[in-house]
Amino acid sequence: MTAAITPRPTTSRLRPSDVLRVGASGPRARKMRTALSALGVSIGIAAMVGVLGLSESSKSALLDEISALGTNLLTVEAGAGIGGGDGAFPEEALAAVNRIETVEIASAVYDVDASVLKNEFVPSGQTGGLTVVAANESLLDTLNGEIAEGAWLNEATSTYPSVVLGSVAAERLGITTLTQPTYVYVGEQYVEVVGILEEFPLSADLDRSAIMGQQAAEVFYGTDPVPTTIFVRVEDGAIDTTRDLIPATADAENPEEVSVSRPSDALEAQAAADDALTTLFLGLGAVALLVGGIGIANVMVIAVIERRGEIGLRRALGATRAHIRRQFLTEAVILSALGGVVGVALGIGATYLYSGLQGWRVIIPSTAAAGGFIAALLIGAVAGLYPAMRAAKLAPTEALRA
Amino acid sequence: MSRTAALEMRNVVKEYPGFPPVRALDDVSVRIDHGELVAVVGPSGSGKSTLLNVMGTLDRPTKGVVSIDGNDTATLSDKQVAGVRARRIGFVFQQFFLLDGMSAIDNVANGLIYQGVGVRERRERSAETLKRVGLGHRLSHPPSHMSGGERQRVAVARALVHQPAFVLADEPTGNLDSKSTGAVMDLIAGLHDEGTTIAVITHDTKIAASLPRQVSVFDGRIETDSALQGSLT
Repeated sequence: MTAAITPRPTTSRLRPSDVLRVGASGPRARKMRTALSALGVSIGIAAMVGVLGLSESSKSALLDEISALGTNLLTVEAGAGIGGGDGAFPEEALAAVNRIETVEIASAVYDVDASVLKNEFVPSGQTGGLTVVAANESLLDTLNGEIAEGAWLNEATSTYPSVVLGSVAAERLGITTLTQPTYVYVGEQYVEVVGILEEFPLSADLDRSAIMGQQAAEVFYGTDPVPTTIFVRVEDGAIDTTRDLIPATADAENPEEVSVSRPSDALEAQAAADDALTTLFLGLGAVALLVGGIGIANVMVIAVIERRGEIGLRRALGATRAHIRRQFLTEAVILSALGGVVGVALGIGATYLYSGLQGWRVIIPSTAAAGGFIAALLIGAVAGLYPAMRAAKLAPTEALRA
Repeated sequence: MSRTAALEMRNVVKEYPGFPPVRALDDVSVRIDHGELVAVVGPSGSGKSTLLNVMGTLDRPTKGVVSIDGNDTATLSDKQVAGVRARRIGFVFQQFFLLDGMSAIDNVANGLIYQGVGVRERRERSAETLKRVGLGHRLSHPPSHMSGGERQRVAVARALVHQPAFVLADEPTGNLDSKSTGAVMDLIAGLHDEGTTIAVITHDTKIAASLPRQVSVFDGRIETDSALQGSLT
């Protein structure tokens, strides 16, 4: 035997770039099916990215608001007890509260027995839910309030009949600018509007009020100098201890009738409630993603059945079982990756659109965008596993009998 | 007998499990040398298809030896046998098995993909091979826009592109009209003249008779082999 020595055959081999090319050939040839099966995943991913983006954006807007207003504001109200009392503190309550060491600044609001109307021809009952209150000059600083138009009360304007309108009050009275001298009818006389406030997120009552100086109220409307509400700005870190001190300080005789609340608690509760809602929507997004994954698995099972001939051909051309498995797995991941890219883009787009409408700063958590894409890849890999195994198991002779 | 055969089968038995087991190939020995053009002929149910599958290493024999280009496939792993198919064997099927989403050239290039040949070389060699089968003007056409005869020529190009030791053609004209049949058989004859080793499996005795050597199969056995008749007597 002088047989020519033939080299031992080497195994067949599929380049990594060809794995991708071969895997993409199926989705490429069936574009409609590819689009539809990717759509399922993209809806799930878009929902999740959108929900995370929106919740982050809205939460950051809320937190911005809270930190701008400060969490160290306490609202002290009289007359919370069973008897109800007369709804007012003793006259010296404000001074007493101001003497507490940890109080930075405190300011009081007094009820004025008058209504604010657009002019004298409006029947006196139609107040539109607006009230008239009196306040000290320090109120604006205590509440971190902002002036939208005109100016806040000063030494001069707080001793004469003039008012500053809360944002809602100004709107209901039809006053938007103060370029011309503007008057409203309070009690039995016209008083000048010297300023309009921005919204007070921590004290919605004041938004619906016309605010005048305490001295003016006392002189012109006979308002008793007994506060009904005291706003207290407390040193950071001393909130709880101060909170405990206030009732006895403000009303030594009836401390149980004093209620102390922290308005920022409400905003924080709102943020927490948003969290719960976000979790719910995330869950819904996850369900959509799962359904999308099942859709891909379904399409892949059908593809394996339809493409038996191709599988047999590829085996005849030298593909190993592993090559076939890799091809169909890659195909499933390509479908889900397409869905992932489109879904992340849709989710980000939705966040921009909605945040823009709300005037929020847009925050897309990078973990949401990256996580959404990775979730899509994983779901594709899982969905493709079973169909790919089936394709690989197919004997070439059986596959070619198509 | 000094050169290795393109294909050699010795005492090959193929049984399918059952009660009793079905013996599809019964002690088959055949040798195809490089450069031969052989017709394997037999009626349906004769074991022709099983013979094709075992020859093409798509199925392993129950007993006996199958050597491709001197490599005994029994000693090879499944991955190595896949390698043998990728490098040494070219298949042509009755149903063409062309992929519709791809152009003719990419279909032909699939014949090289499992050898790890780079994409540029694949396309160059595929274009050459398509020219060789007379389809140089149809490189980027999808097979779905081609006639049956043209499709089978694309499939022949795919079987040739990796320069296999031999080409196995399973009823290559089974789906073609008589005109295309003539063209494809002429192409096969031309390839034979250029030195390509080809086994044509067919039930058509007329086609078989037109080829230089006939091996007829019946009931899982080789009934006659025109190459042996001369030497035996």
